[in-house]
Amino acid sequence: MTAVSPARFLRAILPALSLAILLIAVYHLNPRAISPLGFQLMFNLAIPIALATIAQMCVITVNDLDLSIGAYVGFVVCIAATWLQEIPVLGLLALIGGILVYMLLGALIHLRKLPSIVVTLGMSFVWLGLAILVLPTPGGQSPGWLAALMKYKPPPIPFLGGLVIPFPILAAVVIAAVAHVGLMNTSYGSILRGSGGNPKAIERAGWSLLKTKVTMFGLAGFFGMLAGLALIGLTTSAQANVAERYTLLSIAGVILGGGSFVGGRVSPVGAVIGAMTLTLAASFLAFMRIPPDWQIGAQGAILIIVLALRAIIDRLEKPI
Amino acid sequence: MTMLRRIADKPWLWSFVAAFATWLATIAFTGGQGGEQLLTAAFTFATFFVIVGIGQMFVITLGPGNVDLSIPATITLAGSVAMKVADTQDSMILLSLVAALACGLAVGVFNYALILILRIPPIIATLSSSFVVLSTAIAYGRGLRIKPPPMLADFTTAQVAGVPVLAICVAFLAAVMGVVLHRTVYGRSVIAIGQNQRAAALAGIKVERIRFMTYVLSAMLAALCGYLFSGFSGGSSLSMGEQYLLASIAVVVIGGTSVAGGNANLPGLWGAALFLFLVQSMLNTYQLSAGLRYLATGLIIIAVIVLAGGEKARR
Amino acid sequence: MNGKTEAIVRLDGVEKSFGAVHALAGVDLVCRAGECVGLVGHNGAGKSTLMHVLAGTLAPDRGTITVEADNLTGSYSVSLAQQRGIRCVFQELSLCPNLTVAENAHVFHGSLRGWGWRKRSGELIIRKLDEIFPGHGIKAGDNVGDLSIARRQMVEIARAFTVTDIPVKLVILDEPTSSLDAVVAGQLLDFVRRFVAAGGSCILISHLLGEILKASDRIIVMRDGKVVAERPAREFTRDSLVAAMGSVAKALSAEDAAKLASKRHTGEPMARARSGRQGDEKELRAYRGEVVGLAGLGGQGQTEILRSLFFSAQRRNRNASVAAPVALVAGDRQNDGIFPLWSIGRNIGIGSIRRMLKGWLIDPAREDEMAENWRKRIAIRTPDMKNNILSLSGGNQQKALFARALGSDAKIVLMDDPMRGVDIGTKQEVYGIIRAEAESGRTFIWYTTEMDELKNCDHVYVFRNGCIVADLARDELTEEKVLHSSFAEAL
Repeated sequence: MTAVSPARFLRAILPALSLAILLIAVYHLNPRAISPLGFQLMFNLAIPIALATIAQMCVITVNDLDLSIGAYVGFVVCIAATWLQEIPVLGLLALIGGILVYMLLGALIHLRKLPSIVVTLGMSFVWLGLAILVLPTPGGQSPGWLAALMKYKPPPIPFLGGLVIPFPILAAVVIAAVAHVGLMNTSYGSILRGSGGNPKAIERAGWSLLKTKVTMFGLAGFFGMLAGLALIGLTTSAQANVAERYTLLSIAGVILGGGSFVGGRVSPVGAVIGAMTLTLAASFLAFMRIPPDWQIGAQGAILIIVLALRAIIDRLEKPI
Repeated sequence: MTMLRRIADKPWLWSFVAAFATWLATIAFTGGQGGEQLLTAAFTFATFFVIVGIGQMFVITLGPGNVDLSIPATITLAGSVAMKVADTQDSMILLSLVAALACGLAVGVFNYALILILRIPPIIATLSSSFVVLSTAIAYGRGLRIKPPPMLADFTTAQVAGVPVLAICVAFLAAVMGVVLHRTVYGRSVIAIGQNQRAAALAGIKVERIRFMTYVLSAMLAALCGYLFSGFSGGSSLSMGEQYLLASIAVVVIGGTSVAGGNANLPGLWGAALFLFLVQSMLNTYQLSAGLRYLATGLIIIAVIVLAGGEKARR
Repeated sequence: MNGKTEAIVRLDGVEKSFGAVHALAGVDLVCRAGECVGLVGHNGAGKSTLMHVLAGTLAPDRGTITVEADNLTGSYSVSLAQQRGIRCVFQELSLCPNLTVAENAHVFHGSLRGWGWRKRSGELIIRKLDEIFPGHGIKAGDNVGDLSIARRQMVEIARAFTVTDIPVKLVILDEPTSSLDAVVAGQLLDFVRRFVAAGGSCILISHLLGEILKASDRIIVMRDGKVVAERPAREFTRDSLVAAMGSVAKALSAEDAAKLASKRHTGEPMARARSGRQGDEKELRAYRGEVVGLAGLGGQGQTEILRSLFFSAQRRNRNASVAAPVALVAGDRQNDGIFPLWSIGRNIGIGSIRRMLKGWLIDPAREDEMAENWRKRIAIRTPDMKNNILSLSGGNQQKALFARALGSDAKIVLMDDPMRGVDIGTKQEVYGIIRAEAESGRTFIWYTTEMDELKNCDHVYVFRNGCIVADLARDELTEEKVLHSSFAEAL
C-alpha cells in the first residue's frame, strides 16, 4: 500500500523520459551531436530558458501567471548590454529596481485581488518600453565577464576518464539544485508551496499570504534577471524584443516539467528538464530537416502530447 | 439624481469619456488640426479590436480562468489562408471568407477539445494550440505577402462621409452580438455560467455545450478579423496577429467587462478600442519615442485594471 | 467536582445568531483538565458553531469566554487559542495537499526550522502517529494529496496533538472518526483516554453514539442552540441519549393518519434512484403527487442522490432515472443557487427561459410577467422584481429559488435541504406551496435535516453512509425511528 503507485511513478519520470527519448532520437539522426561539443551547441540556449522557466515556476507556485517574463528578460538584456557595461553601479541599481517592481506587483495582485494575467500583460509593455528607451536600436555589448562566464569550459574530470561535462549541463544541474533546495528543502519553501496548495490553511496557521506572494514574485524577478544576464552572455548584441518567446516557452517548460497550473504542485528539477526538452526539440527538428517554420508548432505539439500522456496517467490513477 | 445613478451604473461610459478626453488632448496639441482624420483612423483601427474583443469578451464572461490566447495565431492563420485561397481574384472573395471562417472553426474546435479531453486550464490549452496554429500559418504562408483581391481591399478601406464602411458593418455586428448576449438562451447561459457555474449546471444549463460554442465563436471572430485585416493592410503577414493578444484582453477589461466573469459590456468594447488607438496616436502626436509609447500604454492598462478590477473579486 | 480540577475553558451564556437563526441561544460549558466531554445533538443543534467559538474562528454575540481563569471575552482569537494550548481538528481538512506529512507539521509549528527541520518535524509527527495509530503505514515523506482520506484525517489528528513549544491542553475533535474504520477509530478513542488520564482535555463531537458513550466522562446534549442535558456518561444509555436529542414525539391523530393514506403504487414511479454503495435491494422511489423525504444526518449521501437524479435527465445513468423534467432547489444558496449579479426576476426566469422565447429572442414582457406573477404567488418581499437578488433576505432569496423551480415545466422538484437558515414564517408559507403543488400532481423529493419538515412528507427514506437504511411510510414515521436509523450501531 505504501509503495509508490505505478501511475504516480510514471508521472514523476515523464519529464526526464521525454528528454531521454528526444536525446535518443537526436542520436539516431546524428550520432556526432552526442558529444561535449554537440551538447555545448545544442544546450547553450537552454540556460537562459531554464532560468526563465524557474522564474515562471515561482509565480505559478502561488497560482498566478507571468505573461511579462519575456519582455522582462529583454529589459535585463538591454540594461546589461548598456548601463551595466558602461556604468556598472547604475546598471546594478536598475536590475535591483526590476526585482523590486516584481515584488510590488506581487503585493498589488494579492492586496487588490487582481487577475495576474492582465496585470502582467500590461507589464510586458512597460518592460518593452523601458528596454527600448535604454537601447532604441539593436546593439550594445555584453559585459566581458558575462561572455567569459558563458563560454567557460569546465576542465576534464580525471577520475571519470577525462570526461568533460559541457558547461550548459553543469549550469542546468546547478540551477536545478539551487531552486530545488530553496523551494523544496528549506522550511520556508514548504510554506511558499503550501500557500499555493491550501492558502486558507497556511493563513489559519498564522503565516502571511502577502509575504509569500511578494517573496515568490521577487524570486521570479531574480531568476528572470539571471536569465537576461545569461542570454546577453551568449549573444553578441542586445535587442529589446530578443526574448519575446520566453513567456510562452517558460510556461510550457513548467508544465512539461510536471508542474500543475494551480495548487502549488511544481518541480524545479522538472522545470529545468522541461526547458532543456524544449531547447532540444529545436535541434531535433533541425536534424530532422524540418523547416524552422515548424519549430514553434513542434514545441506546441510536444506540450500537447505530454499533457495528453499526463491526462491518460491521471485517468489510470483515478479508479484507485 | 436617478440620471446620475444610471450613468454611474454604466461602467462602459467611462471608456468613451476616456477616449474622448484622449482625442481632445491630441487635437489640443495640434491646435485642432486633423481631428476628423484622427477620428476616422480611430474608427478604422478600433473596428478590428472590436471584432476580436467580442469573442474574447464572451470567453472571459464564462468566468475565472477562461481566456483565449490563441487569437493572434488564429488571425495570422486565417489571414494567410484566405489570401492564398483568394489569390487576388475578386471572384474568390466569398470562398476565401469561407476558408477563413473554416480555419476559425477548426481552431475553436481544437481548443475546446484540448480543454475537455486533456482537462487542462483554457489558458494552457489555447496557448499550446496557438503554437501549433502559428506554425501552421508560417509553414503555409511561407512569409509571402499575397495581395488581397481588389474588391476586398476597397471594401475594407471604403468610407462614407468620413465614416469607414467597415466600422458601420462591425457596429451592426456588435449590435447583433449584443442582442445575442442579452436576449438569447445562449447569451443568458454564458452570463449565468460566468456568475456561478455550479448554479448554472443545477439550473439546467448545459455548461459544456455553451463553453464549446463560446470558444468556437471566439476563434471564428478572430478568423474574421484576420480576413478583413489582410484586406485592409494589403495582404497577410506573419506578425499581423501579434498586437491582438494584449489588445483583445485590454479592450474587454477596459470596456467594463468583469474579469471575474458573468458581467459583459458590449458598448464598452467600442469605447475601449477607440481609447486604445487614440492613446497610441496621442503618444505619437506628442512625438514620444517608441519606448515611452509602450511604457505609457502599459502603465495606462495597469492603472485601469487597478481602478476597475478593485471591485471585490468573487470566487 | 469543583475546585479540585481547574477549568481550562469556561463559556457562560454564549449566544450567536446568523440572521434570523439563533445558532447558540445561551450556552454554558465547562471543560476541565483530565476529562473528555462528549457533545451530541442532531443537525443544526449548534455543535459546530459552539466549536468554532471555542477555536476562536467565530466571535460570540453575547456571553463570556474564560480560559484558565482569565476572562478573554472580546480578545479571543485563533492565535490566542493556540497560545493557550487549545487545538482544533476541523471537519474540513486543513492540510496542504501538495506538501508532505513532515512539511505540513512545519506549517503548524513555525518553530521547526533551521538545519534538519524536515527530519525533526517528520520524527515529531511520525512519533505521534505511532503513539495514536500504531501500524498506520504513513511515512513522513508522503505527499498528503496521495494519502487516502482516512490517512489524511489521521495526520490531521496527530498534528493537533504534537507538541513543540506550547503544551497541548485541550483538543477539540469534530467528527474525527467520520472517515476512519472501526479499528483505527478504536485506536483514537483509546488514545483520547490515555491523553485525558495524563491530564489533557478533549471535547469529542461524533454522531456515533457508541463512541461518545465509550470515550467520554461527561456528555452534553444540545438541541436548538441550547444545552438540554448534561450528565456523567455512565448515566446515559444509547436510548436515553436519542431521547434527549429529539423533541417529544407527537402521536399522529387518527384523522391525520387517515388523510395520509399512502399514495404509493399508483402506476409507475416518476423517479427512482439507488446509491452505488447500496448493498441490498432498497431503492428510492417517488410517485406522482408525492412528497418524498430524505432524512438522516447531514452529508450521508442525500445530496449525491439528488444530483444523480437531476443529471440523469441530461445523461443516462445506471443508478437513477426520471420520467419527467426535473428542477432542483439548492440548499447552499450562495454556491449552488444564486446568480449574484442578476435581478430577482432574472434569477427566477433562468429556469424556464425557453418558454419565454419569441422566435429566437427572449421576450422581456413575458419575463417581467413571470416575475410579477411569482412575486404575488409566493409573496417575495421586494418593491421591485428588477432589484438585485442580493437585496433580499436569505429567506426571500430561497423563495426566489423555489419560484425558479416551480415556475419551470418540471414535474419533479428536487430539494437539497433548502430551508437551512430560513425563518419560521417563510417556512410555513413554503410548506403550504409544496402541499398545494403536490396536490396538483407534482412530485417532490426533499432532503431535509430538520425533523419537523419530515412531517410534511408522504414517505421518508433515512440515509446513512451513502445508503438507504430505512424506508418509512408516513404512518410509521416517528422521530425516534428516524434518529435510531440515523445513528449507527458502531462499536
